[in-house]
Amino acid sequence: MTTYIARRLLQTVSLLFLLSILLFTLVNLAPGGPLAGQGRSRHISPEKVELLKRQFGLDKPLPTQYLIWLVGNDWMKVDTDGDGIEDGYGTRLGILRGDFGFSFRTRQPVLVEIGQRLPNTIYLMSITMLAALLIAIPIGIVSALRQYSSFDITVTTFSFAGQAIPEFWLGLLLILIFYAWLKNPFNGEPLLPAGGIQSINISGFNLGDRIAHLILPVATGAFGWIAWYSRFLRSSMLDVIHKDYLRTARAKGLPNRMVLYKHALRNALIPIVTMLALDLPTIFGGAVFVEIIFSWPGMGRLYYTAAQQRDYPVLMAVLIIGAAFIILSNLLADLLYGILDPRVRYE
Amino acid sequence: MTDRIKAPLNGLNLSNITVTDVSMASIIWKRFRKHPGAIAGILVFTLLVVAVVLAPLSPYEPEASSMSERLQPPSLRHPMGTDALGRDLLTRVLYGGRISLTVGLLVVVVSISIGVPIGALAGYYGGWLDSVLMRLTDTFLSLPALLVLILLSAILREVDAPLFENNSVMTIALVIGILAWMTFARLVRALFLTLREMDFVSASRALGGSDLRIILRHILPNAIGPVIVEATLELGYAIIEESGLSFLGFGIQPPAPSWGNLLSNAQENFTRYPWLAVFPGLMIFLAIISVNYIGDGFRDALDPHKVFKQAGEQ
Repeated sequence: MTTYIARRLLQTVSLLFLLSILLFTLVNLAPGGPLAGQGRSRHISPEKVELLKRQFGLDKPLPTQYLIWLVGNDWMKVDTDGDGIEDGYGTRLGILRGDFGFSFRTRQPVLVEIGQRLPNTIYLMSITMLAALLIAIPIGIVSALRQYSSFDITVTTFSFAGQAIPEFWLGLLLILIFYAWLKNPFNGEPLLPAGGIQSINISGFNLGDRIAHLILPVATGAFGWIAWYSRFLRSSMLDVIHKDYLRTARAKGLPNRMVLYKHALRNALIPIVTMLALDLPTIFGGAVFVEIIFSWPGMGRLYYTAAQQRDYPVLMAVLIIGAAFIILSNLLADLLYGILDPRVRYE
Repeated sequence: MTDRIKAPLNGLNLSNITVTDVSMASIIWKRFRKHPGAIAGILVFTLLVVAVVLAPLSPYEPEASSMSERLQPPSLRHPMGTDALGRDLLTRVLYGGRISLTVGLLVVVVSISIGVPIGALAGYYGGWLDSVLMRLTDTFLSLPALLVLILLSAILREVDAPLFENNSVMTIALVIGILAWMTFARLVRALFLTLREMDFVSASRALGGSDLRIILRHILPNAIGPVIVEATLELGYAIIEESGLSFLGFGIQPPAPSWGNLLSNAQENFTRYPWLAVFPGLMIFLAIISVNYIGDGFRDALDPHKVFKQAGEQ
């Protein structure tokens, strides 16, 4: 097991290295380079752009730039004032030493930017996932136990709809209904807020206000996942129900409740847990739409703004973190599978 | 086609047995028909395609604005209302559908043409080629797809080459397809791994069939069913990706309408003019749900295990 994990982690490192080269090349493929946007929006003269290029090291060949991004430039002579003469040592440490550089847009360290946004995304997405599972699991169980009942058929139809409805449309519809149309009967205000983490005029933490701001984004994000996981649990439950060990459990006189919840459900949940680990990156990816529609100050919106304004250091950092997240989720899924199902053996 | 077997076989007189020759397609169709969702899906999707193809019959031009008819709610004259420039929304939705559905189909073509050869080569030859190709597939699978999609289309928005100018249909389809071929590669590889061990492959090899001939004529046709199922699901996925990208402003660029950018334009004032957001989204929803139902029907019809299982349950 330990050697297995060690080998997988080693593979992860090599895969990440490969991906970082790929992504770095992609980001830097853009015509005009990273300063193209700067020159246009800030009315900087071409000479100034050249100067900035030298200062940022963007005049160097791409492999050198990649090396600097990876390990920093504090060990090499660089042109600090952009006059074409290499006059001092660089200050960048490179991502291997935790330096993701500075955002072009805000001039803040990228890690500070991410540190401000990441908790908001984790907060929203973990509640979304929790809500989705709490609703999907009972639905899936009942659906499987009463296969082909009218409840099951309704749920099946609903789950098809849930997987086909685009998140961004659902979000707009929910805002339309709960913000624009339905009013609070006591004060005539919109029933639910249409965006943000909390009301602007409230300082400090107010639980009711926080919850009100969560309902619509969570509903938008969770809908598709409820559809997907209730379906998934249904079929996984149906698989288990026909297994011999369930018949054995019944035959030795266990009450039906025990058979279903202790034996069937436990085994049916194994694939759900692994699936959940595999889905984690997609769940967080979905944050892009939810955060934009509901003006949620999270990672998705950070990335969106960075892409619009060509904030390369931020883009690279989020991409690499995203890729690492995917690879680690895959590893987690494999490990969980082995832990939950003792029949699985690692090579 | 019904044939009477005339010649007595092994001394047995079989002349009174009739053999009905049924084609594979008709078997599949017979099973497919039993799936009400799939039939409804075919109907809705065909309707959508016909409406979209007939878009030029609309009395309005998709880009002709009429200041006297700005932001009108749905009426008989304008069944889906008009937008902020007085353009007829139904006409724009239909023209947008042309673009969205074309992108969807092209994505399927692109991802099949990358994924199927990669999967076929990896599965047929195995060995180092398999390792290299599967490493490549894993690498692509580890990319945060949506983020890379946003990045690529943001970069390509500025590119102005023929066929690819400013996020044309081709650009968007290529970008989505390049990030979506991996499912085909894995699926086809798995199919080839089993099929290459079959006797008919050995037979063809014994008869001197070349690798290319075996791959194209013998194995690939047997792998087509699952690929069709996957392609149908991919179509729905592509439509949602395109509309998502365009919704974010990185996809198809206005004034050319697509379902996604119509929705994106509606975003600003949709609480006052809800029809601008409701109708384009409804089209996306209808397209995807019908395609998903068709895919589900195909899966049931093409999967032999599923048929046996159902027969067993009855």
